[in-house]
This record gives sequence, C-alpha cells and structure tokens, in this order.
Amino acid sequence: MKILVAIKRVVDYNVKVRVKADNSGVDLANVKMSMNPFCEIAVEEAVRLKEKGVATEIVVVTIGPGTAQEQLRTALALGADRAILVESADELNSLAVAKLLKAVVDKEQPQLVILGKQAIDSDNNQTGQMLGALTGYAQGTFASKVIVAGDKVNVTREIDGGLQTVALNLPAIVTTDLRLNEPRYASLPNIMKAKKKPLETVTPDALGVSTASTVKTLKVEAPAARSAGIKVKSVAELVEKLKNEAKVI
Amino acid sequence: MTILVIAEHTNAALAPATLNTVAAAAKIGGDIHVLVAGQNVAAVAEAAAKIAGVSKVLVADNAAYAHQLPENVAPLVAALVQEAGGKGYSHILAAATSNGKNILPRVAAQLDVDQISEIIAVESADTFKRPIYAGNAIATVQSSAAVKVITVRSTGFDPVAGEGGSAAVEAVSGPADAGKSAFVGEELAKSDRPELTAAKIVVSGGRGMQNGDNFKHLYALADKLGAAVGASRAAVDAGFVPNDMQVGQTGKIVAPQLYIAVGISGAIQHLAGMKDSKVIVAINKDEEAPIFQVADYGLVADLFEAVPELESKL
Repeated sequence: MKILVAIKRVVDYNVKVRVKADNSGVDLANVKMSMNPFCEIAVEEAVRLKEKGVATEIVVVTIGPGTAQEQLRTALALGADRAILVESADELNSLAVAKLLKAVVDKEQPQLVILGKQAIDSDNNQTGQMLGALTGYAQGTFASKVIVAGDKVNVTREIDGGLQTVALNLPAIVTTDLRLNEPRYASLPNIMKAKKKPLETVTPDALGVSTASTVKTLKVEAPAARSAGIKVKSVAELVEKLKNEAKVI
Repeated sequence: MTILVIAEHTNAALAPATLNTVAAAAKIGGDIHVLVAGQNVAAVAEAAAKIAGVSKVLVADNAAYAHQLPENVAPLVAALVQEAGGKGYSHILAAATSNGKNILPRVAAQLDVDQISEIIAVESADTFKRPIYAGNAIATVQSSAAVKVITVRSTGFDPVAGEGGSAAVEAVSGPADAGKSAFVGEELAKSDRPELTAAKIVVSGGRGMQNGDNFKHLYALADKLGAAVGASRAAVDAGFVPNDMQVGQTGKIVAPQLYIAVGISGAIQHLAGMKDSKVIVAINKDEEAPIFQVADYGLVADLFEAVPELESKL
C-alpha cells in the first residue's frame, strides 16, 4: 500500500521562544527549526510499515515556505521515497492545511495517511481530524499502536483514562502520539542518498484550494510571569510554609 | 445566540469537564443547550439537565454513539447545526479532553469552518485567548465564522454548579452508523485517588524517581494529602508509570491548588501542563534545575529522604 505522511517545519522543541515586542507574534528570526516531533514519529511508523512489507511506497508532504524542503529531505533520509512541497509563504490555519492535504490525497490515493497529533507551535491538534472529515475516511487519533490487517487497520489510542482500540476501514487516517515509536536518526549515507530522491513543488493555486481563513490573531503576549519563590531549608519549614503561609494543606 | 455544548461522559456518568465547558459558554452568553450523545445515557441526560444555566438537553441515544466514535458523532453534531437553520447555533463547544479533541475538528471541517483549540479565556462572543508554543505565548484570536467551533481548556474556567438547573430534555436522532470504524476494546487504568485534572492537590514524579517501584513513596504522600499522582514525560517514557499519568503539553493540563514536583527538572513541555497551579513546590537535589524558577517553595534535597519525611510530618 501507499502511505502519505504529512510533516511540518516548526521551531525546534528545545528553543525557548520569545514574544515580539509589538505583540504581533513570536520571534522566529534566526531560531533553529526542525521537523515537528510528532511528525518524526509519523515518518518512523511509515518506514517501519515499509520494512514489515506492509507499505510499498512512502510519500511525504509538507505545506510551508521553500525552506521546508530541509524537513522533507530529512524525511527522505529517514526512508521516505519521494516528497511533495506545497509552497505557501503564509501561515495557514489547520482547515486550509487539511484542504490542501485533501487535494494531495485525491491525487496520490494513499491507503493510509499518517500525521502527528499536533504541531508544537500552534498546539491545535486539528489537521488529521479535519482531513478525516474532508476525505470521509475513518480516523485513529493519538495512536500508540498501529496494526494493518487486510482491509482494516487496528489503532490503539491514548485516551484520558487509558487506552482504546478501534478498527478502521482502509483508507484511513492515523495521528501519532508520543509512545507510538522511537524515531531513528538519519545516517550520513542516507542523507547523501536523500538528495537524489524526487521532490516535487506545487502551489495551493495549482491544487485549486483557497486558503482564506475566518480566524485572525489580534495579538500574542507573553504569559503572566510567576513571582519568584523561595528556597526552604528543611521539610519542617516546607510544611510550616504550606500550612501557614500558602494555606494549601 | 444559542450555544451547543457537547457533554463529556462515560455513558453512565457526566464528566466534571462538562461543567467547566458550560462555564465558558456562560461567559460567551446566550441560550445553552447540551448534547448528550451515547448509549443508555438517561442518567447522564438527567445530570446534564440539572446543570445551572442550561436551557435544553438534547439526547441522542443510539448504539452508533456508544463509544463516541468521531465518524458517527461528528455527522450528528453537524446535522444538528444545519437542521437548526435560522435559529441555528452560533457556537459549538466541547471540553479539550481526548474525546473533545477527537470529535470537534471533524465537526468543524464538516461545517467548513476553522476551529479554535483550548481556549483559556473568553474576551467577547468572537474573541478568545489560547496558549501557543507550549504555553510560552498567549494568543488572542478573533473568529468571523458563522459557527464558532471551540474546545475549552477545563483549567481555564471554574465549573458552574452541577445542581439547581431544570432544563427540558429532548430526544434527537441523527445519521446512522457510518460503518467506517468499530470499537474493539479498551483498557482503563484503575485508581482510587482523585482524577488528575480535577484534583486539588497533585504530587508528580519525574526521572529522579529512578524506577516505578519508588512511586510508592509518592502514593503514600498523595494518600495522606488526598492528592492525585502525576508524572513527567521522562518518567512515563522510562516506563515507571502509565501514560495517562503524564502532565505536560502532550499529556494532561492541570491547575490544582498545590502541585508538588518531585525529581522533575522542569522541562518546557512539563511546565506547559502545570504552571497555572496556585502553589508549586519543587523537591530536587539539583539546585540548578529549571523547576525552581517557577516553584513558590523549593527544597534542595534527596527525594528519598525528603518525601518520607514530608509524609510523616503531615
């Protein structure tokens, strides 16, 4: 089967972001960018399915600026076969991204689409589910285990009280949770080989998708800072403070 | 304006997060309807009708909705919005629980509108605040969509009273089973302690606990305090405890009165899940650990001595 994996270029998860002084957004100039961690897990799962002989081809897609090619090359180095960049300089909302992905799905006809459960910049957790609605495919969100069996995929999902397993008809959409797998590192020879793998660039217009949005960001602020605390010297002092000063126990 | 709140429940009982979601709906203002979609949910509908401020409870009782599969529930919600026609819903709200997050974006896309995730404040009927970048920035967003589809972070809103209301209960029906997905089974973690997201006190352990067995020290402390026990991602990834105990950007978001972080360094991803707690206590032997920058009370000590001593002194 063919697997489509959607990835996103985001600020590296180790970077402590700063809000711009004019409150227009977060300062992303000169900060390290990487593949969203949940997307790495999605790529890894697709590669493992290929290694098991379940998948025959892995197509990786991203929607973003030209620089997102770096993340596509990373995915190719990890084992994806070819890449598609939907080039858009604007920051798009999840619905627009889902519509663009739907256009790619229509063209590529994958049996399984794997996405991360959320991007660590916008923290939306929407795109996979929206793509589910637009394609009409079943969705297995927050997956910690994925087993393809015949014309179905069994997905074990992380839910609030524990785990839930659902059986989805293929084609289906899976979004990855942290414990699905541990992503591998790209080896140097594979990074070199990835440079020769095909990477196609298209535009939203060519896909016939309007990316207009009904949500606009008015301002972005730093969260309220916590006032500095104190260090206590002993457990006795801690208990005394919690009882008499903070009055929480 | 009429707001539709999707009830969070287990078929047998209404989940407390519903009360926080209704509180957010009350801040937006307007008539509040609650949808209970499930199977054999009479008790849940009854509980929902008693929520203060709710004017109507819609009950969709059908085997197709028993496990809240989004392929079946999302078309139901979308149909309710579309059928309401002229006096339709202006807002659809659900708690930002695993169910709410699973279902609502599917509803939004079916209605062809954007969704706003995990709001923590209501500025006006169309303007909301939500955290981005793991809580390191707060965005104020405005929606011009005809129907505003929103998930609500429970810790951002004090729950409304679960008693005193007397809403009318009305049965509704929706599309049948879409036949695309099926529930196979579930494995729920059992615990006698309070639920993590609703607990007044949370005791959490990190990598510093060294192994799962050592969590018994935290359980003992938690039982003394009537607290829930949480964990950092490091502790979960190391296999010390199950993942439903994880507090953080990718786990549960908590805001208790007292949060005690034991052997937790305080990575950004963990802080995103607990930094709105009223009082934070950190116990860590590394005095440089970032957790001390957000802790109201910090104790630099070996947790294996400090935790049992703390328990004995309470």
